[in-house]
This record gives sequence, C-alpha cells and structure tokens, in this order.
Amino acid sequence: MFSSVSAFFAPLFETSFSLNDLMFMLKGAGITLALTFWAVLGGTLLGVVFGVIRAISPWWVNLPIGIVLDIFRSIPLLIQLVLANSFKTIIGVRWDSFTIGCIVLALYCCSYCTEIVRSGFLAVPATTRRAARSLGMSWTQDLTAIVFPIALRVGLPSWIGLTLGVMKDTAMVWWIGVVELLRSSQVIVTRIQEPLFVLSIAGLIYFLMSFPIARLGARLEKRWREND
Amino acid sequence: MSIEIKDVHKSFGALEVVKGVTMTVEKGEVVSVIGGSGSGKSTLLMCINGLEPINSGHILVDGTDVHARGTDLNKLRRKIGIVFQQWNAFPHLTVLENVMLAPRKVLGKSRAEAEAIAVEKLSHVGLAEKLKVYPSRLSGGQQQRMAIARALAMSPDYMLFDEVTSALDPQLVGEVLDTMRLLSSEGMTMIVVTHEIAFAREVSNRVAFFHKGRIHEIGPPAQVIGAPREPETVAFLKSVL
Amino acid sequence: MNYTFHWLPAFRALPDMLWGALVTLEVAVLSMLLGVFFAVLLAVASGSNYRVLRGAAASWIELARNTPALFQIYMAYFGLGSLGIHLDSFPALLAGITFNNAGYLAETFRGGLRAVPPTQLRAARSLGMGQIQAFRLIVLPQMFRVVFYPLTNQMVWAILMTSLGVIVGLNNDLTGVTQELNVRSFRTFEYFALAAVIYYLLAKLVTLSARLLAWRLFRY
Repeated sequence: MFSSVSAFFAPLFETSFSLNDLMFMLKGAGITLALTFWAVLGGTLLGVVFGVIRAISPWWVNLPIGIVLDIFRSIPLLIQLVLANSFKTIIGVRWDSFTIGCIVLALYCCSYCTEIVRSGFLAVPATTRRAARSLGMSWTQDLTAIVFPIALRVGLPSWIGLTLGVMKDTAMVWWIGVVELLRSSQVIVTRIQEPLFVLSIAGLIYFLMSFPIARLGARLEKRWREND
Repeated sequence: MSIEIKDVHKSFGALEVVKGVTMTVEKGEVVSVIGGSGSGKSTLLMCINGLEPINSGHILVDGTDVHARGTDLNKLRRKIGIVFQQWNAFPHLTVLENVMLAPRKVLGKSRAEAEAIAVEKLSHVGLAEKLKVYPSRLSGGQQQRMAIARALAMSPDYMLFDEVTSALDPQLVGEVLDTMRLLSSEGMTMIVVTHEIAFAREVSNRVAFFHKGRIHEIGPPAQVIGAPREPETVAFLKSVL
Repeated sequence: MNYTFHWLPAFRALPDMLWGALVTLEVAVLSMLLGVFFAVLLAVASGSNYRVLRGAAASWIELARNTPALFQIYMAYFGLGSLGIHLDSFPALLAGITFNNAGYLAETFRGGLRAVPPTQLRAARSLGMGQIQAFRLIVLPQMFRVVFYPLTNQMVWAILMTSLGVIVGLNNDLTGVTQELNVRSFRTFEYFALAAVIYYLLAKLVTLSARLLAWRLFRY
C-alpha cells in the first residue's frame, strides 16, 4: 500500500513531466475545444432546423427524419468516425481528420439537438399560442415573441448538457488521427511512462472545462423551475 | 376504551402550533374539530397516531402511551385509521390492491381473506364497480372514498379524518360526507377535522373549536355552533357561514 | 470514385461478428448490473450524514459525469497500473463503463426518489407498515417507474461505450472483432458498416424490449 501511495506522489517531486509537456497537452485541449465549438455550432444550427420541422410537419415528414436521426444515436460514435473516414477515402475527397471529426460530431450533436428543440417547441401550450394570436400577433410574431423564448427556457439546460456531452465525446476522435487532449496525454505517457500522473492532469483539464458549465446549467434549470 | 389527550404541546422549530391541548374522545363518539387554518388541528391528528412526535404531554390510546419509548407504533396504528386531505392513493396499485395491501402485509392475512375484506369495504363506500381500476382513473371523491375503505380494511377502532373534503371539487364533497355519515351511524369512533360546519353540527356528539393552538370551546354542537360563548368562536363561525 | 465494394467477405465474417456482439452485450449487461449496485450505494452515501461518505460519493459522481468515458476506461487500463493494479482489457473496459454508469445512475436514482411524494410514505406508515416495508412496497415501485426510461437509455449508452474497448486492446467484442478483420483485409468500410448495423439492431432490441416491458409493468 505504502509503495503504491508513494508511486502516486513521487512524480510530484521527481517527474520527467516538463512544462513543454503541459503546453503540449493544453494545445490538445485547444483542439478539443475547437472540435466542440464547430460540432456544437453545426449541430445546433441543423438541430434547430430539423427540430422545428419535426414539431410542425405531418407524420410522413416527421417520421423519416426521426428515424434517420435516431441512427446517429444508436451506433457508437467510434464506428461512425471510422465509417466517415473510410468513406472519405472511397469517394476521394481530401479533407483532414479534424474536418471529418467535426462533421461526424456535428451530425451526432444535431440528432440530439433536434429532439431538444422539438420538445421545447411542443412544450409551449396551444392555449398560450392561441392567446398570443388573439392579441393580434401574426404567426411570425407569435413564433419569435412567444414560442422561441419559452422553448429556449425549456431546452437550454438540456442543450448545455449536450454541449458537455459532445466535448467529452471528442476524445474518440483520436482514433482517426486527431491529436486532441486525450491523445496528447497518451503521447506523453508513452514517452515518460507515468500514466497515472499524466492522465490525472488530463482528467483535471477535462473537469475544469466541463464542471463550471455543468454547474451553470444545473443552476439555470433550478432557477427556472422555481419560477414556474 | 378511549383516546386521551393530556396537555399536549407541539412545535415545528420555534413555532409552537399546539399549545397545551387536553381532551378525551370516548369509544363510539364522533368529535368534530373546527377552527381557522393554521390553528394546529391537523397537526394534532398526526400526533395521535404518532406520525408527528410531540414535545410534551401524553396521548393515550386505549391506555397505551403513543409517544412513550418502546411503544410499537406500527401495531398501534392498526387500530387508528387516518384519511388525509390529499387522499394519497397508491398510484401503482389498482383500487382493490390499494385496499388489500395493508391487511395482507401488515395483518398477514391470506390473499383470499384480504380480497374478501377489501371487496366488502369498497362496496360499503360505493366503489364495488371500480375494483380493477387504477386510482388515476377515479375522481377525487372516489379516490377519497377509496382511502376511507383502505383505512377501514384494517378494522380500526378509531378513524381520524383530516380535512378530507377541502381538496375536493364542490360537487364531489357530498359523496364523501355521505360515506362518513354512514360510518358514524354504524357507531364508528371518529375525530373529524373539518371546514364543513353544517356536517359537523349534524353528525358530531361534540364539537371542539381550535384557535391558535388551543381548544377554545368544546361541547355539544347545539352549544358550540348553535350558541357559542366565546367571541373568537362567534367570529370564526361568522367568517365561514 | 473508382472503389468497388466487396460485401461478400463481410457477410462471411458475420458469424464471428455476432459472437463479438455477444461479448458486447455481456460487457454492457454486467456493467449495468454492477453500475446499478454502485449507483444505489452512491445515492445512499450522498444522502448520508457523514461528510467523508458524501464527499466520496460526490467526487465519484462528478468525475464520472465530467470526464470522457474513454478517459475513465484509460484510467482503469493504464492509470491503475501506477498503483500496482494491472487490469486486462476486458476488466478495464468493464470497470470504466461501470464507473461511468454508476455516476449517471446515482443521479437518476436521486431524482427518482425525489419524484415520489413524502405523503406516500406517510400514508403507508399510517396503515401500520414499518419504514422498510413502506419503502419496499410503496416508494420503490413508484421510483422504479420514474427511473425505468433513463435506465434503458443508460443501457443503450453502455452498449455504445463498449466499442471503446478496442482502444485498450480488447479484440473479442464486436468492434474488436471488426477491427481484427479490418487489419487483415483493409475492407474497412464494409466491415464497419456491418458492425454499425449490428450495433443499431442491438440498441433497438434493448429499446423495444424495454418498451414492451414498460407496457406490461406500468399499467397505471
């Protein structure tokens, strides 16, 4: 027991982990954030479009969209990444792995975001909308002044959760060759052979990127629920 | 055989809600408790079957001190049925199962015995047609009658009613009061916390008026409701009638 | 595009892949059973009066929810090695997913417990039931309904997470088998497309049977 404890703490005093290594990992974290940003941006834009379509369209439009988007949620992301990467080679386009990662993650994000937008949209009671229309608002005014604000309140906490989920899922992108945070720590582990220490730093960075936003989401959700 | 309440005090934190209540309910009696909201009358009911602890005083049910150490509350509660304002139907069980559950699990009766009891009690409160239905399909009044049947299935010696009609729609109040009338006519000992003054006057042997954690006036309905002596009682009755 | 698809080798490998799918299911089911067990402990611990217990539960839950599942599997496989605990691919994957499941499910259970109104417990106690009896007969069944849907969701996620085993060298689950075939033949797209279909069917199998079960169980 003692020896394992000292093995854990030893690197704090005599480690081969250098400042350069830390910078390398932070660069990896930057890639993680960039991947998250583009994936969430693309996924959210697509998600809003599909979500609104799903909420207002008849079942024969709604159902096929639902089924296709469900596929992204029912296949491991790792497999989706491998498939997209090899499909890229098959059709002969020259996108880099980062782009492929962004696209796959964006589609994945879109499949969840669609459901969030849709249920937010459907959470607005018909009576509220009727009340808005009876005040003389137009269809677009009803949408922008009544439906969107309410749907946003309903959906924002889930959307924050989704963003964090996507950020964590970016870790899989290294399988197709992107050196993000987890991969960069793996590179260092291979070199200096201190896996627990290096991985703990990686975990800490993930935690610092995720936890504050998770807390913010929980606070928002709680505050809005109290107001209801 | 009686419920004896002796100088009971009860506080929630710094707030004392029951400030020294003494009263005795004899077997076969119907006692109604009236008074404004927050006067401590519901809390007293919770104390009688030990759902709420008390700070001082004694409550004796058939001579057993409810709040003494070593009193088997689970055993004691078998003879005290209680019906709440929010009827608290068990949503995952059918009406029949709701009523059968306690006789089976607490009294250890067989399935057949428990079912016979449950069917009898449910017929008694007029729900014989609803045995296989889940509570969510019942109206508030029906759920409340089911709650009464559920308490009756334990063959209690005493029944406590905690504002059982105040959460009901006005048109559903009558059916629940009818069920309670039926029980009182059968000689059930009942303590009824209620806002239904006319009902209290009609069925009670005695009426107690609660005000600020104390019994202000207690006596036959003709006196407390018909000819109240205390100015607080007069004011309260004026406000509700 | 001058690529010709070769589906036949992929279909020939189907039996091997289905055996892999069985291992995938095995990991997922085990990780759920263990995950539920630890989640109950965590939920109880986070409501306890002991600060140390509360703190430990909170750390587990937050760590599980705020770091990637792949990171957690990595920790089990490489990280624990520094402490002298050397896990093989299979137990490392199982430990990682169990850790993740438990963290998420603990929150689910806490929410489920809150969803049953305290008046239900009170009503049960008033009928003479003991604390444990009332919890078992009244609170638990109602809580189960609330957590059932999140529980099946977590099961689907567990299946999807098992695919990460390949990264720590697991070679007999669905992804592992597929990767072995891929390395031998370089028919990446065909093999992985077939694997994707099998994963999809597994996920749908779980969702559909859960729906059937819910329909049987929750009539109210």
